[in-house]
Amino acid sequence: MATDSVPLVEMRNVSVAFGGIHAVDHATLTLFAGEVVGLVGGNGAGKSTLMKVLSGAYHADSGQILIEGKPVTINNPRDAKALGIETIYQQLALADNVDASANVFLGRELMTTWKTLDDVAMEAATRKVMGRLNPAFRRFKNPVKDLSGGQRQSVAIARAIHFNARILIMDEPTAALGPAETAQVRDLIRQLQKEGIGIFLISHDIHDVFDLSNRIAVMKNGRMVGTVNKNEVTSDEVLGMIIGGTRPANAHVMNSYEETRAAEKTTAAAV
Amino acid sequence: MVVEVTGAPTQRAEPPSANIISRFMQATEIDPRLLGMIIALVIIGLGFQFASGGVFLTPRNLWNLSVQTATIAVLANGMVLIIVSRNIDLSVGSLMGFIGMIMGVMQTSLLPPLLGYDHPATWIITVLAGVVAGVVLGGFQGYIIAYLQVPAFIVTLGGLLVWRGAAWWVASGKTLAPLDTTFQIFGGGGSNGSIGATASWVVGALVCLAIVAAIITTRRQRQRFNFPLRPVWAEVTLVVIGCAATIGAIWVINAYPMPVGLAQRYAAAHNIPWPADGDLFISLGIAIPVLIAIGCAIVVSFIASRTRFGRYVFAIGGNPEAAELGGINTRWVILKTFVLMGVLCAIAAVIATARLNAATNSLGTNNELYTIAATIIGGTSFAGGIGTIPGAMLGALLMQSLQSGMQLMGIDSPLQNIVVGAVLVMAVGIDTWYRRRAA
Repeated sequence: MATDSVPLVEMRNVSVAFGGIHAVDHATLTLFAGEVVGLVGGNGAGKSTLMKVLSGAYHADSGQILIEGKPVTINNPRDAKALGIETIYQQLALADNVDASANVFLGRELMTTWKTLDDVAMEAATRKVMGRLNPAFRRFKNPVKDLSGGQRQSVAIARAIHFNARILIMDEPTAALGPAETAQVRDLIRQLQKEGIGIFLISHDIHDVFDLSNRIAVMKNGRMVGTVNKNEVTSDEVLGMIIGGTRPANAHVMNSYEETRAAEKTTAAAV
Repeated sequence: MVVEVTGAPTQRAEPPSANIISRFMQATEIDPRLLGMIIALVIIGLGFQFASGGVFLTPRNLWNLSVQTATIAVLANGMVLIIVSRNIDLSVGSLMGFIGMIMGVMQTSLLPPLLGYDHPATWIITVLAGVVAGVVLGGFQGYIIAYLQVPAFIVTLGGLLVWRGAAWWVASGKTLAPLDTTFQIFGGGGSNGSIGATASWVVGALVCLAIVAAIITTRRQRQRFNFPLRPVWAEVTLVVIGCAATIGAIWVINAYPMPVGLAQRYAAAHNIPWPADGDLFISLGIAIPVLIAIGCAIVVSFIASRTRFGRYVFAIGGNPEAAELGGINTRWVILKTFVLMGVLCAIAAVIATARLNAATNSLGTNNELYTIAATIIGGTSFAGGIGTIPGAMLGALLMQSLQSGMQLMGIDSPLQNIVVGAVLVMAVGIDTWYRRRAA
């Protein structure tokens, strides 16, 4: 897959602090259309926080977000969705007491001309999109808490792809799944890549990350250690980046913390 | 519809039971909890009929029971949405009392100088004032809960104390009476507090038509989506049971005649000749408060199941974080649930003051407890996310039947409280056991 010159998503010099804690410290990250960037790091590295800035759940204290080269402001989840950014949360963010179609359309319900819920239309649309993901799925009327882990995952993914996401953030998508369902998710990710969707994949599973990503971005203690091409590194080297922050010897490391700070100083000096 | 909002899966894949009752339940998809409540009602009815020496199941007592249930039934509608969205409202009784006093003062002191007594517009202005008060006061509590993030328990606990004090303060503890003549209709008293026999039959017929329409629509929708259908005999059985229950209820209601004095006045006013021997049997029909309560139930059910607001109430109850991440304005939704509760408090106050033909500052005392009890007995879960309007109405009826029956038996008020409290704990205990078993 070819990388276009203009990244689909570019997060420049983003910082998020909670009180005195720098959850994200001057992080720079890019994503091109049709590629998967694996985002890895230990606990508290800042991966989820950085992605929540992109999905509108948190505000960045400083930094810029550019979508297809154009700077954007994302104040809340609605703004993010309007830009084509969809998130599949680790906890799935499903309302357990309502059914699949209610969850797919949560917050974006289809209404009839009399301002009532258009259950018929939402039901039909949900059937269609679930058919793409999980053709055997039948339990449309059951509250989502009655479904299996894989079925719940399908509903969460259905929600994301129904609304024509251009950018998908997947937070630990296979953590709670068995092997068969994990394979399903892998196939889905490959298919979405072919459709030109860019995917951020947060995962603790190095094997999954190497299997699915094109590039790997490593964070440690809120700082971006750097982004490397998967083909240029081994999993041990990536582990070294995660645990010790050591840059691999023979790989080109992009967007590291030092590089970002240096660029910041250069711009500041030029002003 | 009640039968849709259950957690019990109804897949054809389940092996058919040998037990005929389970097969019946599976086919008709009746919620076991609902059935449990109906059975409990039947037991209570028969039990008290026996214990009171045949008085409980008379048309007169049942008619009175329906009016007595109306107030709590109205309140329970709003409480369902509040508890479903993981909040609570302890102030409904006091708010009812305060709004009742406001409406009383309007009818006895504020409006007469302007409009004179028994002006046709008095009741309209009064009810409007009450509803506006409900919106403002409910909205005020809702704002503190939703936007200032003070826990609902505390805010409404404060409200319970504050509005009760305010109710006293409106008239310095005086009882305000009598109320406007037209307003009294809402209490169900007198000859025009009910709609009469013919209108009651019309209402019954409409309800039967609605049941048939609902069954047909549900079936068509399922066919459209290739969902498993109920067997035709099950659909027919549901229609028959529903219509029989409705017609039976109307028949019982219409069997309660006006007291002689009232009947004579009514006959005189409507130019009906009074027979020389014996009395004229003029049915009262469905009482206005009962119609109001049913009307509220229909409106709130519609809101809960067919509007975006209702969907969001349930979503917030199921997973508040998911609702936020979905872009739902959760705080605005919560505020609106308390505004709705305020409006229903006003309606309940209208019924209660009209029935007493007076506004007292103790009106509605302890109603919050009965309302919460009715809602929880009716199947609403304290953890949020689950609840139905019809269930809450049945819960209110159950609670009131219990109290009415005990009163008929002459049981002392303190012992009544003990029984009601014990029944509440037992009912929720059984429900909890059932949920755990089914999970």
